[in-house]
Amino acid sequence: MAKLSVRDVWKSFGAHEVLRGLSLEIDKGQMVCLIGASGSGKSTLLRCLNLLEPVDDGEILLDGQDITDPDLDPQPVRQRIGMVFQSFNLFPHMTAVENVLLAPRRIRRKRREELLPEAEALFARFGLVDRMGHYPDQLSGGQQQRVAIIRALAMRPEVMLFDEVTSALDPALVGEVLDVLRALKAEGMTMVLATHEMAFAREAADKICFLDEGRILEEGPPSAIFGAPREDRTRGFLARVL
Amino acid sequence: MRLAQFTLSAAMALALGANAAMAQNDCAAGKTLKEGVLTIATGNPAYFPWVIDNDPASGKGFEAAVAYEVAKRMGFAAEKVEWTSTTFDQAIQPGPKEFDFNLQQYSITPERDQTIDFSEPYYNAAQAVLVRKPTVDAGAKPELASLKALKWGLAAGTTAPALIASLVGPESDPLLYEDTADVSEALKAGQIDATLMDLPSALYTAAVVLDDGVVLGQFPAGETPADSFGLVFEEGNALKDCANAALAEMKADGALAAIEAEWLAEATGAPVVK
Amino acid sequence: MRRRSLVIATASTALVVAAIVLLVPLAPGWERVQKAFFNGEVFWKTFPGLVKAFLVDIMIFAWCAPMIAVLGLVIALARDARSPALFPLRLFGMVYNDVFRGVPVILVIYLVGFGIPGLGLPRPWNSPYIWGTVAVVLTYSAYVAEVYRTGIESIHESQRAAATSLGLSHWDVMRFVILPQAIRRVIPANMNLLIALQKDVALLSFIGPVEVLRQAGVYKSLLANFTPYLGAALIFLAVTVPATRWVDRMIARQNAARS
Repeated sequence: MAKLSVRDVWKSFGAHEVLRGLSLEIDKGQMVCLIGASGSGKSTLLRCLNLLEPVDDGEILLDGQDITDPDLDPQPVRQRIGMVFQSFNLFPHMTAVENVLLAPRRIRRKRREELLPEAEALFARFGLVDRMGHYPDQLSGGQQQRVAIIRALAMRPEVMLFDEVTSALDPALVGEVLDVLRALKAEGMTMVLATHEMAFAREAADKICFLDEGRILEEGPPSAIFGAPREDRTRGFLARVL
Repeated sequence: MRLAQFTLSAAMALALGANAAMAQNDCAAGKTLKEGVLTIATGNPAYFPWVIDNDPASGKGFEAAVAYEVAKRMGFAAEKVEWTSTTFDQAIQPGPKEFDFNLQQYSITPERDQTIDFSEPYYNAAQAVLVRKPTVDAGAKPELASLKALKWGLAAGTTAPALIASLVGPESDPLLYEDTADVSEALKAGQIDATLMDLPSALYTAAVVLDDGVVLGQFPAGETPADSFGLVFEEGNALKDCANAALAEMKADGALAAIEAEWLAEATGAPVVK
Repeated sequence: MRRRSLVIATASTALVVAAIVLLVPLAPGWERVQKAFFNGEVFWKTFPGLVKAFLVDIMIFAWCAPMIAVLGLVIALARDARSPALFPLRLFGMVYNDVFRGVPVILVIYLVGFGIPGLGLPRPWNSPYIWGTVAVVLTYSAYVAEVYRTGIESIHESQRAAATSLGLSHWDVMRFVILPQAIRRVIPANMNLLIALQKDVALLSFIGPVEVLRQAGVYKSLLANFTPYLGAALIFLAVTVPATRWVDRMIARQNAARS
């Protein structure tokens, strides 16, 4: 059974249809990269997966359970699905470690001292242990994104969503964030990425989905999509970005 | 008391008699704001029984009637009188005035006299204590000891705050309001027990404004320090002498007393404060 | 260059002050105005009484300000309620703000200060201090709520999304992520409202309390002299000018920090 399965999801903002009957299967431990032009629906899909946006129609199953059920409390679902955004991720009035500890403290109802060792271990793993007491504006963009990833991981999610997490970064800082993503994949984390890093997608992804006008026009292993795209529009897109 | 005042005014009028007779027609010439017209100001609203229905031009009400009588004796027929209105405070500000004289129960005080001019008094007001029935039921009496214990509220711009301190000396500081209408509201709301105002106003307020107003008692005119009403003039206005001459005449020939008898209810049954 | 502009500024200021000092007394009404508005004798006689009455203003201000801060926040949160089930709450917040910002403070003070006690409340529950305070708090909370709301809306949507995606409840997102940032951001605007409040508590005098403005009015009627108003104005200035300067500095510092 797929870890996450999206079935015929529709979503519009006003008259603008952003997702038009989109379907997608994500297996446990898979890294799926969503590619496509801006406005093709990548971000909206991720926001729907995290229940930040309600879907208009269709269903999303997490371990076989429909999470789009309006009677369902969305909070426990969000705790199982972590998300990292393009920018304005961290809470600027809190230090890095406070950012990370906020959700576990409020949701797991544990004291700071009990949670600190686990947080410290995460900071140590991503080479940020000396930045724990820093405020976001004292960190580089790459460090901020790594803290944001640590913050999501602190809730021990089963799936991680990444929405263009490197797009706002200096090219020099992109590498350190991608290294973190590789490390997570190596651990077997289920991941969905919206990305423009084609080289990274080609190298690391298990599956590439090309989104076009709110649908998945073409999907497959990187070698197939990048090596021999079937659709003209896929070819056109790749020609523009590569 | 009334008789003594009357005799005194009569004597004054006699002394001024010759002047007054001459003054009647040309005294005011060239001294008014507008040539040939006497501009008189009062409050807006002007209250019963001083002006009836807030319409001074009707000549109805004590002050309206006094104003027309003074005007007549200064040589202005009724149609040569124009009315305007000012707030209580406007009239006692320094500087030029938009009226020839102003009457809205201005008590004559030496301090006010430094900024504006007053005519001789046209009315001596007895001060009355106004309460509501619940206060009487609770045991309030027209005795100083009882009055001291009441919660007082007064109109701030009037002489009442100073009067209450010297006449009663309440135990708690009085609350102060913009005007007598607000004082009545506070009485209705039960925020104050009692207020002090001139007897005609108190009788009117008790009978008309409040459902259950009671004039608890009065401090007779003459015993209270300085609560004589005078016409207000701009400082140094020469018209004052003409008006004084007219007032003296009115006191001498009984016209003022007649107006008072017509418009101001006598101090019926309000007991004197002991 | 800097020195030259300093010299010019000093010279032009001196010139203006000199012109006022020399020319104003030449006006025909000056003597009268001086006697009525700038009377030294009256000033020193009434000033201590005015300072004492000002304590009433400070007292009212001191208990109004925290209540306004809290109620304003509650109204702002009501307006931010997002769930459709809470629409009545939003509507209430909206109507509340429209009504209380649309009506002059003094009217609210009259209506609440006389009206509610007029329903028959016994003393001391009909006190003008209580209901005057209620009126001021109701009005100012509407303004403060708008300021808070501006602050809340100025926080980037991603902050809300990031916090929500962690699984935090709506209220936790508000309390730990949005409000701490929003409130900090609108401190200067709220400070300006506090300064306005400090002046507006004087309006409570309309329903009875004898605070500095009323006390000055009493002295004025008693002495037929406007100098007590000057004294009252000086007392207000002594508080508001330093407060305003302080707020200006705070805004400047905040702007500098943001850029």
